[in-house]
Amino acid sequence: MIWLTIFFVVPLGFLAYQSLESGNVDFGYAFTWAWGNYWTAIRDYRPQFVRSLEYAGMATVIALVVSYPVAYWIAFRGGRWKNLLLLFIVAPFFVTYLIRTLAWETILADHGFVVRTLINLHILAPGGRLLATGTAVVAGIIYNFLPFMALPLYVSLEQVDPRLIEAAEDLYANKIRAFLRVTLPLSLPGVVAGTLLTFIPAAGDFINAQLLGGPENHMIGNVIQSKFLAASDYPSAAAMSFILMAGILAFVAVYAFVVGTEELTGSAV
Amino acid sequence: MSAVAVERSRPRRGVLASTWAFVKRHVLTAYSILFFIYLLLPISVVVLFSFNNPVGNFNYTWQGFTWNNWRYWNGPPGIQSAIVLSLEIGLIASLVATALGTMIALALVRYNFRTRAATNILIFLPLSTPEIVLGASLLTLFLHMTFVPFGFWTILIAHVMFCISFAVVTVKARLIGFDRHLEEAAMDLGANELTTFRRVTLPLIAPAILAAFLLCFAISIDDFVVTYFNAGNAVTFPVYVWGSARNGAPAQVNVIGTAIFVIAVTLVLANVLLQRRREKQG
Repeated sequence: MIWLTIFFVVPLGFLAYQSLESGNVDFGYAFTWAWGNYWTAIRDYRPQFVRSLEYAGMATVIALVVSYPVAYWIAFRGGRWKNLLLLFIVAPFFVTYLIRTLAWETILADHGFVVRTLINLHILAPGGRLLATGTAVVAGIIYNFLPFMALPLYVSLEQVDPRLIEAAEDLYANKIRAFLRVTLPLSLPGVVAGTLLTFIPAAGDFINAQLLGGPENHMIGNVIQSKFLAASDYPSAAAMSFILMAGILAFVAVYAFVVGTEELTGSAV
Repeated sequence: MSAVAVERSRPRRGVLASTWAFVKRHVLTAYSILFFIYLLLPISVVVLFSFNNPVGNFNYTWQGFTWNNWRYWNGPPGIQSAIVLSLEIGLIASLVATALGTMIALALVRYNFRTRAATNILIFLPLSTPEIVLGASLLTLFLHMTFVPFGFWTILIAHVMFCISFAVVTVKARLIGFDRHLEEAAMDLGANELTTFRRVTLPLIAPAILAAFLLCFAISIDDFVVTYFNAGNAVTFPVYVWGSARNGAPAQVNVIGTAIFVIAVTLVLANVLLQRRREKQG
């Protein structure tokens, strides 16, 4: 029975995925090798493409910097409370994505507490807003994907043997040196996993840009979505999805290359 | 002598130095607490505003406390049917995805077939693709399969598709640490393949299957992007929220959000407590 189902199911899975892949290449109305779609897409929507990568990149870096100390803290000082603290980290996932983002809309609203405080502190000009700015969009992305960053970091830091750090200190490394030479390199797999898990969905996101940003903050996701669902311009929307995929893959490849070489040089030194 | 001297000189450190030591010791803790406040802030806003008594359409500023949003949770038209649709699709999609995912995981771990590497990549692909690309590609697929009308079935197929990967990954993790000797022992004792599977394999991987099911359900209920692309006129709960956000989401959206949050957290806590008890017994 197992055999039968397995060899029935695996091709089925194949078929599902393959149809998914080829469904993408199709240029809609008639298949004409219309490579022009790609060029027009790049020409017309370059700002959105660039902005997507920019926002996603910024959000990823900030999320990494913000959550690394916390992951470190839970891994090494969490003690008995580790599981509870981890529950706190994934807590945002228990609230529907859209509702979370709407909550940020409430928090950052024009007459809300945050905007008023910032105006009083003269950080924001009177009458300034947070909604409909790039800052709000990036902040929303950071918040929504923060658990994706914090969890892999925690997992890799948790596996670091504290005795290695002690050994480094015994060998007269000061705390900072021990961290840079021992803890950080050992947690690198978590850093890589976290950045990828954050960057990939962030680059394709359109919800934050739609709810927290204005038209000038639109990302490529917004364009794809409106092309598909409002304008029914399937060919160019499909082309854009592919460019987005290609862009992300290229980024991931470059990233893997850089990190790989850094790890190599790190171990050589 | 010198050791004693060192011991004595310690308490005499300046106030500044000891303050600095205190700061150094606790700065990480303080920072982490701030981090958690930041994480929980929007959640508390969601909970708080589910009790808001909004004037007019917009639920953005605090007006006053009321139980009415909870009492009339299905007040806004369409919200109840949206929730029901989300639950239906979540249940069916997770059942199908978990069943298929378990079998794929079994095949991947147990059998060496030629396309194994390719299958592994195929399982990984949906996990590493932006949702919008998944949604868009499924949409183009369904546009060509005109015999499937957009709505319940297209959403269901889409959800099964992206849930399978999560199910496979979850079950596979458990199968890798699985002791095959147990199955062999069952066979030696005269059990046939079916009985072995039913009596030995299944109970051992049951926790992973349950975990996969719950994970699929959570992802399916929460999914917006893929659903939105393939829903046609059907409205799941996230799609409802999106639609209502344009002209001010009703406070009932926060009620449902709070309810989902409370249920999920309760389930997780119950699971943790159960595991603790089991550990104590074992």
